Amino acid sequence: MSAPLIEVEHLTMRFGGLIAVDDVSFSARPGAITAVIGPNGAGKTTVFNCITGFYKPTVGRLTLRSMGGEFLLERMRGHEIGQKARVARTFQNIRLFPGMTVLENLMVAQHNKLMRASGWSLLGLLGATGFRRAEDAAIELSRLWLERIGLVADADRPAGELPYGAQRRLEIARAMCTEPVLLCLDEPAAGLNPRESAELNQLLVSIRDRDGIGVLLIEHDMSVVMQISDHIVVLDYGRKIAEGDPEAVRNDPAVIRAYLGTDEEALDG
Amino acid sequence: MAYFTQQLINAITLGAIYGLIAIGYTMVYGIIGMINFAHGEVFMIGAFISLIGFIICGSLGISSAPIAIVLVLLLAMSFSAVYGWAIERTAYRPLRGSFRLAPLISAIGVSIALQNYVQLAQGARPKPGGQIVSGGFNLFTADGFDVRVTWLQIIIVLVTVVLMAGFTWLIARTSLGRQQRACEQDMKMAALLGVNVDRTISLTFVLGAALASVAGMLFLMYYGVIDFFIGFLAGIKAFTAAVLGGIGSLPGAMLGGLLIGLIEVFWAGYFSSEYKDVAAFAILVLVLIFRPSGLLGKPEIEKV
Amino acid sequence: MGPRLPLMLKDAGLTAFVAAALGIFIVGFRTVDMGGGKGLGFDYHLVDLAVAVVTIFIGRLGLSMAANGLRWPAIVLGVVMIAAGASPMKLPSGFLHWFVALGGVLLVIRAIWPWANDAMGAAAKTPSGVALSKAGSKWFGWLLLAGAVLLPAMPFADQKTMDLGVLILTYVMLGWGLNIVVGLAGLLDLGYVAFYAVGAYAYALLSTQYGLGFWTVLPLAGMMAALFGIMLGFPVLRLRGDYLAIVTLGFGEIIRLVLLNWFDLTNGPAGIGSIPGPTLFGAVFAETPPPGKQTVSEMLGIAFNGNHRLIFLYYIILGLALITNIFTQRMRRLPVGRAWEALREDETACQALGINPTNTKLTAFAIGAMFAGFAGSFFAAKQRFISPESFVFIESAIILAIVVLGGMGSQIGVVLAAVLLIGLPEWFRDLGSYRMLAFGLAMVLIMVFKPRGLISHREPSIRLHPGGGG
Repeated sequence: MSAPLIEVEHLTMRFGGLIAVDDVSFSARPGAITAVIGPNGAGKTTVFNCITGFYKPTVGRLTLRSMGGEFLLERMRGHEIGQKARVARTFQNIRLFPGMTVLENLMVAQHNKLMRASGWSLLGLLGATGFRRAEDAAIELSRLWLERIGLVADADRPAGELPYGAQRRLEIARAMCTEPVLLCLDEPAAGLNPRESAELNQLLVSIRDRDGIGVLLIEHDMSVVMQISDHIVVLDYGRKIAEGDPEAVRNDPAVIRAYLGTDEEALDG
Repeated sequence: MAYFTQQLINAITLGAIYGLIAIGYTMVYGIIGMINFAHGEVFMIGAFISLIGFIICGSLGISSAPIAIVLVLLLAMSFSAVYGWAIERTAYRPLRGSFRLAPLISAIGVSIALQNYVQLAQGARPKPGGQIVSGGFNLFTADGFDVRVTWLQIIIVLVTVVLMAGFTWLIARTSLGRQQRACEQDMKMAALLGVNVDRTISLTFVLGAALASVAGMLFLMYYGVIDFFIGFLAGIKAFTAAVLGGIGSLPGAMLGGLLIGLIEVFWAGYFSSEYKDVAAFAILVLVLIFRPSGLLGKPEIEKV
Repeated sequence: MGPRLPLMLKDAGLTAFVAAALGIFIVGFRTVDMGGGKGLGFDYHLVDLAVAVVTIFIGRLGLSMAANGLRWPAIVLGVVMIAAGASPMKLPSGFLHWFVALGGVLLVIRAIWPWANDAMGAAAKTPSGVALSKAGSKWFGWLLLAGAVLLPAMPFADQKTMDLGVLILTYVMLGWGLNIVVGLAGLLDLGYVAFYAVGAYAYALLSTQYGLGFWTVLPLAGMMAALFGIMLGFPVLRLRGDYLAIVTLGFGEIIRLVLLNWFDLTNGPAGIGSIPGPTLFGAVFAETPPPGKQTVSEMLGIAFNGNHRLIFLYYIILGLALITNIFTQRMRRLPVGRAWEALREDETACQALGINPTNTKLTAFAIGAMFAGFAGSFFAAKQRFISPESFVFIESAIILAIVVLGGMGSQIGVVLAAVLLIGLPEWFRDLGSYRMLAFGLAMVLIMVFKPRGLISHREPSIRLHPGGGG
């Protein structure tokens, strides 16, 4: 087994008197899908927001090891986590740039690379060939991802005009265009119909197998979680109550108890 | 010491006026999260309606100052409230759910339009309001300097305190206040629970406008002269007060108003009166940079 | 119509009632100084108010009729209003004639709008319609440019026209500059005129104190304004959008108050005079040359004509405006430009993609400020006299109105809006005093009915399928 890509240690997040995440530790590996599940309000999105720099954790350590480097995420500024540690994410409520075209969305994701190539705009203004080449390469990468999510024909349409399922896929492709080492997906299957959900599964598996990066996944849809996850972390009321492979988690009495209030069938999916 | 006390008294009077305007900013911000740029203009219109009301009282032969003040107060509050209602209804409500800058730009448009509307209808020249309440008494004399409190200052502080107490009661204890706080927390949920969101927002504007018009009346009585442009500066200062106190917080607005009054009066009294407005702006910038949640406000946690 | 009519009447009555309540004091009782120490009295305008309220009643009734498919009655009402407004009937003020007539025009437009919309919609739906409108706007742009270049050679280009041309182009340039900040990056800057002031005072001071020429100072003024932009922007660009708006507003006022009160540097409210105009290869525009200089007419061997200076100024501002435009168009296609637009759309998503929001906003802010600085030093060189009075908040508001009306982010929209907002009031002087009222109302109406402005078409900055339409 490979070394962990990200290690979350004793993560705690307090909002005033409310403890949203309480001393949670787990790790995720490259080339594997790690799912974080739990009933509503269990603190899953808060964990994500800490990892991706939208919240500063109250206590805890978030270490990302990749590219021979070590990044302490809790000490980095919001955008640096994407830029330097190469953690990308999607949002529960899709956050595309709706007025910009599909292709533009993917180009914006390659911003930092292109900024360097454009000499912080100076070379770009002069139309230097180095920048042109970098831009062509960026378009090529975008086309690649558009092929993988089946949106090549829609490349020049405003992203906001796409159907819901396509927007979900585009958001994942946009995150992948940042060439991340860790991809955090916040309920990517929410609102998808069964066919779209199955396509999503394929996409996620292909990201794990072809791109070899680590995927961290929050999901309510147990059919997605149980089919494609390699490792599952279960949260309830901000605490980790179980961890293991899908089979182990499915049979864990603590997990069953946590879900009893909702739907026992949910775990069988 | 005497000079200081005198300045303090003047500052509290001015602060009371700013506090009344600031409540309108804070409430509207609390409930729909927008800066109502036109609020200063409502204050200005309140001052004009008060001016006209006082002249009418004079021509009707109402010579008792307390009666005139109460009548004009009611007049200004009710007619300014119509402005608050109409502005929300026509310029802001259709924009809920539009893009981010839309309500802001619309509010600036309303502000410009109202300013010029009053300028066209009432003329550009400053209007002297005459003295409605005069006199006062000496608090004490020290270092050969009389510390004086005018009746007018007492009226201003009294009216402000009564209104703010009533208002705090309204928000804390009545069903309107509960609905309003519910809308602040979560508009969609409030609507699902049967709160009439549109009506609640309308009422917020109406109340804010009424308070601003009282501030307008007090301003007119205190300075004795108004023009169509007073809403701009007073509006920015009151907004600064709201931000300083913590936008969204009612006690914050009052505290912020007082502080801005203090800063302005003491700056003018001890440094230079030319730069007293610069001081207010500079404080606005500094507060926003170093403590955007203000003194009494809660830090905002952005949901992503 | 049947049962709906009472509802419509009630609605119109309510609107008229609100209008009456709004107007009764402010419009009905105009306060005037009675003179002789008698204080204020009233000049009653209750008839004006009554006419306005009746107009609003009819107009509102007509609007609800149009909205409910009663097109013809609405059109009839509108025509009646136009006729009443245009008739020689004696209304208490000229404004009311306009009010009634324009109300009628709006009503008629509203009533026939669905037809026009259907017709246009049908035209736009055909693929050739789309291509046509795209090509059309491109051609229109070139046509405008040709017109602008040839304007001084036109027979009707007298001094007044040229003055107006310079004025409009100045606002076009300012609009294009602000468009970077507001239209592309989505940052509401209400203190834009402060950077204009920085540029103007930079040139005024450097030329009168140190004898530097226009062409030397121009880049310096731009850089100085950009520096001010960075200095202001660095701390405040982290703020939420509406806070930013009010901070920039405050900053604009601070700059103005400093200009007003720092006598030693700026000469206070009296301003700075005898600022030298721009030179053409070192030659000045004057009838008699100042010592050690050459006049342009001597250099070119032509007869002196006062208009030459104006034409020269015209081409300078045209050139500056075009530079602003070309620069912006190129920036839009660079990664930084796309990041601006992305920030406008969703800042949170940008941060998740590793884009530094503060730096990206700062570039937009500084570049916008730079162009305002260029325009400012041009303004000082053209006016030859500047004072803080030229840099009040209302100027920022006018520039913003141009950007908003034109359609945020649209370059050609800014031109149209500048012609409309600056040109029209100059031609119709009587309406001058109503200009700002109309600006304010226009900003509200645009936001309510056409938030993307006159020109709402957005051309993608890059295409995967360059041949395709859409």
